[in-house]
Amino acid sequence: MLFPSMLRTSGDWFADFEQLYDRMDELLGGRSGVSSIRAVGRAGAFPALNVGNSPDAVEIYAFAPGIDPKSIDVSVEKGLLAISGERQAQDGKGASAKSGDERTAYANERFSGRFRRVVALSEDADPGRVEATYRNGVLKIVVPKRESSKPRQIQISSGS
Amino acid sequence: MQPQSNSTAMQTQQPQNVQNANPRTAPALLPPVDIFEDSGGITLCADLPGVAREDLAIGVDGRNLTIEAPLKLGEANSLTPVYAEVRANHFRRSFELSGDLDTGKIDAGLRDGVLTLRIPKLEQAKPRRIDVRVE
Repeated sequence: MLFPSMLRTSGDWFADFEQLYDRMDELLGGRSGVSSIRAVGRAGAFPALNVGNSPDAVEIYAFAPGIDPKSIDVSVEKGLLAISGERQAQDGKGASAKSGDERTAYANERFSGRFRRVVALSEDADPGRVEATYRNGVLKIVVPKRESSKPRQIQISSGS
Repeated sequence: MQPQSNSTAMQTQQPQNVQNANPRTAPALLPPVDIFEDSGGITLCADLPGVAREDLAIGVDGRNLTIEAPLKLGEANSLTPVYAEVRANHFRRSFELSGDLDTGKIDAGLRDGVLTLRIPKLEQAKPRRIDVRVE
């Protein structure tokens, strides 16, 4: 189960933008149900990022499919978490196509090349214990919060 | 992976996947694709991050090829969203296939969130080289 709250940002601000997007897509023919050979342009940086907060940690999800986890570089410096790497261009090789065969590209929407994205960590994040896992093309980075900054329940002792 | 021959299963799944979401404000994600053609057929690569092999549905209905899959990030958690660029939890995209393609022999593989589909051409649609005999 995905955290639905993470993917549906509430508030009219985003809804307005979504409507604008939809309208533009309608005009440009982007988000139609059936696309044939037409390539759809993809806006936005690669990899797309979602960031969530839990009482114990900050979780960062980078949507970076088709990358060797060893070639992804995650570093923290001065409160900035950087994700960088490179994604090789796919040219349809490796399929049952013969080498030297003429190949025509009908769509080339997937990102290729070097990428780098930076996330500013909050003050209470502990950069010494960052954990990163790569699964199904999603890089999940967990930055635990410092013990001192975790929410605590304070016991009230009775004065008598 | 065996392509589904009918799309009714997918259609019935749809309402549950877009639960309490207005289709206008929470549309399905459109996965970016690369499509290449060679003499033997078509190779399609689609970015589907967060999709597990068992959740992926590839359906062929006549000339229409539909790729559909839920995006799952992991265990449910008490996570408050701070920032989100991906704001839907479902991928969907359809393609119209040319009549030259053999939809019965689609080969699909999913690795690290990248789907690779190989759709061969029908035998009669493949280019042939005719040898000229020297008499």
